[in-house]
Amino acid sequence: MNTQVDSGQGPALLRAEQVGRTVGEKVLVANASFAVRKGETLAIVGPSGSGKSSLLRLLNRLDEPTSGTVYLNEVDYRQIAPRELRRRVGMVTQRAFLFPGTIAENLRFGPRQRDEELDDRRIEELLSGVGLAGYGSRDVANLSGGEAQRVSFARALANSPEVFLLDEPTSALDEDSKQGVEALVTQIGREQGIPCVLVTHDVAQAARLAHRVLLLESGRITRSGTAEEVLRA
Amino acid sequence: MLKDCFHGQLQLGLAQATVAGIAALLVVLLGRKRGIHLERELTIAMVRGLVQIVAVGSILLLLLRGPNWTSIFLLIVMIVAAGATSARRAKGMPQAFQVSTWAIACGAGSVIAVMTLLGVIDTPITTLVPVGSMLIANAMNTNGLALNRFRADVLAHVGEVEAALALGADGKSSVAPYVQVSFEASLIPAIDSLRSLGIVWIPGLMAGMLLSGARPVYAAIYQFVVLAMIFAGSGLTSLVSTLLMRTRVMSPAEQLILRPGS
Repeated sequence: MNTQVDSGQGPALLRAEQVGRTVGEKVLVANASFAVRKGETLAIVGPSGSGKSSLLRLLNRLDEPTSGTVYLNEVDYRQIAPRELRRRVGMVTQRAFLFPGTIAENLRFGPRQRDEELDDRRIEELLSGVGLAGYGSRDVANLSGGEAQRVSFARALANSPEVFLLDEPTSALDEDSKQGVEALVTQIGREQGIPCVLVTHDVAQAARLAHRVLLLESGRITRSGTAEEVLRA
Repeated sequence: MLKDCFHGQLQLGLAQATVAGIAALLVVLLGRKRGIHLERELTIAMVRGLVQIVAVGSILLLLLRGPNWTSIFLLIVMIVAAGATSARRAKGMPQAFQVSTWAIACGAGSVIAVMTLLGVIDTPITTLVPVGSMLIANAMNTNGLALNRFRADVLAHVGEVEAALALGADGKSSVAPYVQVSFEASLIPAIDSLRSLGIVWIPGLMAGMLLSGARPVYAAIYQFVVLAMIFAGSGLTSLVSTLLMRTRVMSPAEQLILRPGS
């Protein structure tokens, strides 16, 4: 089985090369190689415990690979300071994990880490982009799950990422909120050209959103290709 | 009543220890009825505590005629033992023993040193070691509370910590909210002790001074002095310990090491 996934057009913005992670005797991810390009959405699907989230966490170095490496714009990511790497590789997780305070304060969090201050106009732009115009002064404690997830997207976008990692971003949402977040993922890819790596257990969602799909089983990429090729094989 | 039955000081002491131990065991039995099992831990702790304190008493007896500097050796041994005891309250925390020992040495150790140099604590071994041990023991408790709270809070907020890291925050600021809470929570007993001094409790040191003939006002003031030193030593220990811990829970690549199951 070919595990080298590199069928897109244009230069790879993010490229994993034989990346893997083993903890003790347990192999979480083994020899995963793939690339994502501008405007492209790559979905990683697979059964529970197959290592999808573990693989995603290696891409922004929240966990350390025990083999292989990842290149961001063809630079080995170990050459990039972790804080700068994570600014450039944004991440949205299953739960929003918003910080206590207002939505605007959450959006300001990322830029403040490098002593930049978001002005009110930019905050409103970001909130409009996720369908929450005028929500800046609201306390995050009063948001629905779908709203919180949209704030999480806006908070990551406030860092102007070059690549987006999405870890089951709709799995905790109701159907309406799910559709809204899916539309947001499509918009980020199409309008802003930010490539996305989407981890999902929902193969139908992968087919709707992704240009290409990887099937991960027991930490190994066992199939890759277009959604149709992988999901109907 | 016991004094009527036991005339020798040693026999009386052992009898008193037995009665006090039985009181503690009764609490354990009450806990057991409610499904809380402390039997093993408390029995070991009581036997160990009794053996240790008797051993230290015997060593003190031997050292009483020695030079004053031997108290420094004793205090260092106490700090290391306190570090080891306190680290057990922080299972899974990286380098908990080193952090605890350094924190107690910097906190309680520096307060003991400064206060001894200033003449607040007398240099004879019979004063320096007991007063120093009070500072070290309280620093140990505070450190244990701080580490335990910090560990629990970080483990309960792994998602928030990693959300901050994923947004480009550094490791220290990602766990900063939990450092502050742990520091504050660990000092609650020391603050309450100071606040309730003389109203809720009259500490043993003051009682001992009164029994040995000190003037009551001086005994009372010196008790306050000791509690203020305990607060200073404990506070500094907790501060150092939580500040050291916030770096130990992160890898050099700013990855959270302390995770559930670690």
